[in-house]
Amino acid sequence: MTTKKYETYYVPAQSHWPIVGAVALFLIAVGAANYVTDIKNAESGFGGYILIAGIALVIYMMFGWFNNVINESMSGKYSHQMDNSFRQGMSWFIFSEVMFFAAFFGALLYARTFAVPWLGGDGNNAMTGQVLWPEFTAQWPLIKTPDGTETTGMGWYGLPLINTILLLTSSVTAHFAHVALEQEKRGLLKFWLGLTVALGLAFLYCQGLEYAHGYADEMKLYLTSGIYGNTFYMLTGFHGMHVTLGTIMLIVMLIRVFKGHFTPKNHFAFQAASWYWHFVDVVWVMLFVFVYIL
Amino acid sequence: MTTEAIHDSHEHDDHHDHKMTGIKRWLYTTNHKDIGTLYLWFAFIMLLVGGALAMGIRAELFQPGLQLMEPDFFNQLTTVHGLIMVFGAIMPAFTGFANWMIPMMIGAPDMALPRMNNWSFWILPFAFAILLSSFFMDSGAPNFGWTFYAPLSSTYSNGSTAFFVFAVHIMGVSSIMGAINVIVTIMNMRAPGMTYMKMPLFVWTFFITAYLLIAVMPVLAGVVTMLLTDTYFGTSFFDAAGGGDPVMFQHIFWFFGHPEVYIMILPAFGIVSTIIPAFARKRLFGYSSMVYATASIAFLSFIVWAHHMFTTGMPLFGELFFMYCTMLIAVPTGVKVFNWVATMWRGSMSFEVPMLFSIAFVILFTIGGFSGLMLAMTPIDFQYHDTYFVVAHFHYVLVTGSLFSIFAGTYYWLPKWTGNMYSDKLSKAHFWCSLISVNLLFFPMHFLGLAGMPRRIPDYALQFADFNMWVSIGGFAFGLSQLIFLAVVIKCIKGGEKAEAKPWDGAEGLEWTVPSPAPYHTFETPPKID
Ligand code: HEM
Ligand SMILES: [Cu+2]
Repeated sequence: MTTKKYETYYVPAQSHWPIVGAVALFLIAVGAANYVTDIKNAESGFGGYILIAGIALVIYMMFGWFNNVINESMSGKYSHQMDNSFRQGMSWFIFSEVMFFAAFFGALLYARTFAVPWLGGDGNNAMTGQVLWPEFTAQWPLIKTPDGTETTGMGWYGLPLINTILLLTSSVTAHFAHVALEQEKRGLLKFWLGLTVALGLAFLYCQGLEYAHGYADEMKLYLTSGIYGNTFYMLTGFHGMHVTLGTIMLIVMLIRVFKGHFTPKNHFAFQAASWYWHFVDVVWVMLFVFVYIL
Repeated sequence: MTTEAIHDSHEHDDHHDHKMTGIKRWLYTTNHKDIGTLYLWFAFIMLLVGGALAMGIRAELFQPGLQLMEPDFFNQLTTVHGLIMVFGAIMPAFTGFANWMIPMMIGAPDMALPRMNNWSFWILPFAFAILLSSFFMDSGAPNFGWTFYAPLSSTYSNGSTAFFVFAVHIMGVSSIMGAINVIVTIMNMRAPGMTYMKMPLFVWTFFITAYLLIAVMPVLAGVVTMLLTDTYFGTSFFDAAGGGDPVMFQHIFWFFGHPEVYIMILPAFGIVSTIIPAFARKRLFGYSSMVYATASIAFLSFIVWAHHMFTTGMPLFGELFFMYCTMLIAVPTGVKVFNWVATMWRGSMSFEVPMLFSIAFVILFTIGGFSGLMLAMTPIDFQYHDTYFVVAHFHYVLVTGSLFSIFAGTYYWLPKWTGNMYSDKLSKAHFWCSLISVNLLFFPMHFLGLAGMPRRIPDYALQFADFNMWVSIGGFAFGLSQLIFLAVVIKCIKGGEKAEAKPWDGAEGLEWTVPSPAPYHTFETPPKID
């Protein structure tokens, strides 16, 4: 051990990016809060502009910050241990995202197994059913709420099924891209990664179609259509936002691949993006089962 | 594997302490000690702000009848007081300890992800600026209690809900990043030879707490998001008319909320478990049982949340399940209290201020645990729920528990942080004033609650008048006592008797192997662990 050369742990210098990021989050929060408050009070204000400024600043911060990190990584400052820190950090971040989705899945399951049946008079709630909303029948999808809003359930065949196939395939292509990277086959890497991005974009397109379909007059499935519409749009919406983010990450990776970044041993950023991609894929499978099929 | 830390520097000189000067040092810092200091000062300022709000509450309750303020403003005070103390004082203070001590205790050069560390601190002041700014808006500050039950916070809110929601989002982001940093640092940066079961218990408790944080802060983010869409975008998660359920809010909130209270007490266990052995001059009794007890408390904390909801009319099975699980937590908690007492048993004890606070912690936290056990029994809770008994319970565990451990830890490590000893006289004054006033403040609340005084009401029946007056006097005294603490800390930073590398003869741990004050960078090559 004593003769072994020390590996190094890189402790970065002072950086102004975090404080830029803090100001950006502040602007986003203040902007968004003002914006929604103004919408609700039917007033017009400048919240939206603050929000946009905040988002722009976050993007600027990300460019700057990641640029620093990429340069440090390319100049070989990062040891194996540093790489581990990044990997573990990313995996626990994904875990926290899982818990975020868990809250919404929890709401869905609670509504289906408890709230809606109880409203229909189940358990010790017979009087709720009779006194409050005698007309109400408990069912899922809840196509008629206690206060009488009507809507239609979204089936699982058609677009959702296509989307499932698209995303599952993209997980496989992302894996192939990773294998190609590790085997130093740059051509294949570009092909598989490009295909993954294309599949992601196709998914997003179909998701948009599906929303348009839902909001059309035949279905009348809105975000405001009672607990069924709420859980449907919040779950698929947050998932869609994550797919968007994941696609952006993959596009950035694609650009970096074309610039010749990453080696078979050193490609944390690529790995992180692909983990993230597998994560949105798994969430989709859960969605497909609990939101669409069951 | 052996590692050496490479500190990058913008100045590119060989001079070692490359800190920047002035405000830039603090804004741009990537140093765990700087960031720890920032967290600790921020927490202390928030303690004073939250304390000022509490003084308002106690002034109103000094006498029966509406004395000083409108009921709505009273509600704003209690709400923001709770939010500030939980998210602004206790949690950041512990993160400050984590930042300062974990790298030094495990022999790491810094936290694993130093830039993210800076970010997770600096978003906090902004979050609290947003929260506090709502006091100056037309709507007024949030007035629905720190638990923000729907529909009080949705349908019946005063219009500040959006500001509250986004402030909470930022606090959550901060906590999650802080927790990821703690986990990665501990998993990845221990000095060679420091196995998990050789880590100081302090490190263990922060490790487990960080897991609780990344598991439940996202759930909090989820529930405030549903609240936001319910209030502003017409969803009905918490509205029965749309097929939702206001009780569902409570389930999701308390799924976060109960682990959250352990987030605020496990680090306290860690601090006290460090200090008691040092001043009893004995090894910590039952180290591995402490580790397992901490882990099982953390696990159990996920399956007891509905003990906050016994009166919501859950199915009988739910009431029983959550009652038994809650009582089960008393077992590992009992193990801990037993171990602390056993550590002191036949030790050669001395009573420096950190030890005084720790002993007070053991006794007073146990009182809080006992009142918790009473509340855990469903039929009894039907009576006590939403009375001052609950207020007494959680202030015993949070003030004489968490906050006292923070005081204890601060006194214990101040010599290491500043290089100077604190004033013995003043700090003892701080201890005794705090101890007496805190009991005057919170103990009578038990009786008020048992007699039926409801919480969160600005007025009360005449028979509660005497007790409330004493409680208020205790409150003002406790608030003032904290100014002594401020004086001690400032004096200690400015100067005083120089501290040795290891000012406490019974102390153990790597942090005492470096000089006092700890150099800006420590353990650039990892220490040897036997
Ligand atoms: C022995 C362990 C404990 C047990 C059995 C216990 C039990 C309970 C129960 C049953 C309640 C609900 C009372 C009600 O609202 O009717 C409660 C409330 C509370 N407990 Fe504990 N508790 C314990 C430890 C702790 C600890 C360690 C903390 C924090 C450090 C804590 C903080 C709180 C808080 C903040 C509330 C009130 C929440 C609110 O409604 O605002 N408890 N506890
Ligand atoms: Cu609890």
